[in-house]
Amino acid sequence: MRSNSYTLIFTTVVTVILGFFLSLAASALKEQQDLNIEIDIKKNILRSLDFAPSEENPWTPETVQTIFDDYISGIVVDNNGEIVLGKTPEDINSDVDVNLHPIYIKTMSGKINGYAIPISGKGLWSTLYGYFAIEADGVTTKGITFYKHGETPGLGGEVEKPWFQNNYKGKRFIDSSGELIGIQAIKGKVDQTSSEAFHQVDGISGATMTSKGLNKFLLKDLKTYEPFFRRIRSGEGA
Amino acid sequence: MALFSKKSKVVLNDPLMNNNPITLQVLGICSALAVTVKMDTAVVMTLAVVAVLSVSNTVIAMLRNFIPSKVRIIVQLAVIASLVILTDQILQAYMYDISKQLSVFVGLIITNCIVMGRAEAFAMQNPPGKSFLDGLGNGLGYGMILIAVSFFRELLGSGTVFGFQIIPDSFYAAGYENMGLMVLSPGAFIILGLIVWVQRIVAKIEED
Repeated sequence: MRSNSYTLIFTTVVTVILGFFLSLAASALKEQQDLNIEIDIKKNILRSLDFAPSEENPWTPETVQTIFDDYISGIVVDNNGEIVLGKTPEDINSDVDVNLHPIYIKTMSGKINGYAIPISGKGLWSTLYGYFAIEADGVTTKGITFYKHGETPGLGGEVEKPWFQNNYKGKRFIDSSGELIGIQAIKGKVDQTSSEAFHQVDGISGATMTSKGLNKFLLKDLKTYEPFFRRIRSGEGA
Repeated sequence: MALFSKKSKVVLNDPLMNNNPITLQVLGICSALAVTVKMDTAVVMTLAVVAVLSVSNTVIAMLRNFIPSKVRIIVQLAVIASLVILTDQILQAYMYDISKQLSVFVGLIITNCIVMGRAEAFAMQNPPGKSFLDGLGNGLGYGMILIAVSFFRELLGSGTVFGFQIIPDSFYAAGYENMGLMVLSPGAFIILGLIVWVQRIVAKIEED
């Protein structure tokens, strides 16, 4: 049996050595990891705006960066939907600038092709982060993606699957009277003949809470951007 | 030291066949179910476990005469946890997409019974060289089953192997459908059960 002081010294030394190596590794790899996260976010913005990798053009960090630079420009709007001049999405610190909102605009051959806005909110277990893209008309959904969540794989985790995300394409989040209504993932399948089908998508079985959370925060985020998109719809475009 | 003496070969081979950690000891099956939907995640998970297990066994074997027995489990865990975090950090830096798919399961290698089990049962009593081989053997024994399970799950569940389509389009046209069950966890249980059965027959193991 060893003495208590030996045990104490031994564990301290082991802890310090292991801690040293771990912090060394963490700081050495930080830059590469941050780059990966940035590229992943850009991939999601692109995917929400209907870009997809192909066999001739697979998505590598370089090609993602090039596509992003060629087609996407970032603007910042305030709570009234006014464009804040001289600011880009990179300038926003989301903790401080709660009244500034980034929008990524996709431009193709000189014409605006769509807008992507960040969305985030609580699901069942975790906060989901993603992008929601809107067609140039300011009414129709272009796409939705999620790049970070901690929902149960196979249940709430299905939000990251194409079958779920594709259902959002072409749905409208504005009703016939021009009011913001959002898009609802409902229980079961959407009845295509229903008059409500234009703002409904098939829910995920076994993930009612995730769907409810998603419906709620999507509406909340759309509300934030509604002043801007109302201007787009009334033709005062950006 | 004769690293590849006859005895060392037994240390390496035994966990691959006669004493496989998954099929015989039924350890580490949680992750064996979770990461075997696709083969590429199974292979990366295998590499991660092999790396962690062989290094942790070596390090603990080197420290075995210095570790106070009162705190040996905590010291083992500290070594294992550090290695797992390191592995996770490396995956996040260089294999970001796969690390996203593996998500929490890399971190959960810490609690994989195989790793702790080998540290406590083998590395605490044996020299580093032998412990390294034991870690390597057990890691590969675990990985072998993982890869076998994922092969069947991906082939039957998605019709692909390593993402390449194997089942020809004409099969689908003729009404063939992928087995949705294979993509879900119960599919892994069934495949794993069948593998355990076959493996026990091959290894001629009889229950007492």
